Amino acid sequence: MVHIKRLQEDGVDIITPIGEIDASSSIELDLTIAKSVGEGFTKILVDCSALEYISSAGLGVFMSYIEEFKDKNLKMVLYGMSEKVANTFEILGLYELLVIAVDKADAKKKVNEV
Amino acid sequence: MKYKYKVGCSIENLKGVRDFIRTSLKNHGIADLEISEMVLALDEMCSNLMIHAHHCNPNELFELHILVDKNDPVVFEIIDDGTVFDINQFSEPSIDNIIHEKRKGGLGIRLVKSIMDTVEYKQMKNKNVCRLVKKVHFN
Repeated sequence: MVHIKRLQEDGVDIITPIGEIDASSSIELDLTIAKSVGEGFTKILVDCSALEYISSAGLGVFMSYIEEFKDKNLKMVLYGMSEKVANTFEILGLYELLVIAVDKADAKKKVNEV
Repeated sequence: MKYKYKVGCSIENLKGVRDFIRTSLKNHGIADLEISEMVLALDEMCSNLMIHAHHCNPNELFELHILVDKNDPVVFEIIDDGTVFDINQFSEPSIDNIIHEKRKGGLGIRLVKSIMDTVEYKQMKNKNVCRLVKKVHFN
């Protein structure tokens, strides 16, 4: 089960998944990112500090946006991951493909880089 | 110690599967990070089984057995009677392909192969047994 919150700060959309993202709940993440893009946000932060677990279904959602974001010049930065969640991204080598920041300040800096 | 769990093939039940594995493996002196990796690998195997072999039918059941004994590798057995999908016969798509084709699958098998030491399939009394083994460090 995952509950996803959104809030906007300085033109940046901050998406906060709370709980666990697996095959049954990854659709929620997908719909939230799609909604943010649909509303015209070009800078998206994903606050992972309340994300307790993510399986490949959730990772696949992030991966599926990489090309679209590159084409449309949109930025997405993930931050605040626990050691366990970070390990899941590391096993697949996703640190090289996604922009992952340590904390919110670092994430805001990275999302505003040209 | 042997732990057993029987569950219907609804992906809503994956949370219960993960909780069963976490509960079974705690108090055996295995590091949290190693437990979380095994939970992830088994979640991937069980969700594949539920979706592809049982089409998410909650009335079709499978069993998960966990054998854990100090200083031995941890053994997981997934027992069902659906169609066997042998991940050893599957060459997972490259990460580049996953991005390019906007696929939301293919990563799970890569995770399982990275985390577990071996994944083997056998037939026993008309049942499929998928056996996954992982060497861990016991404190």
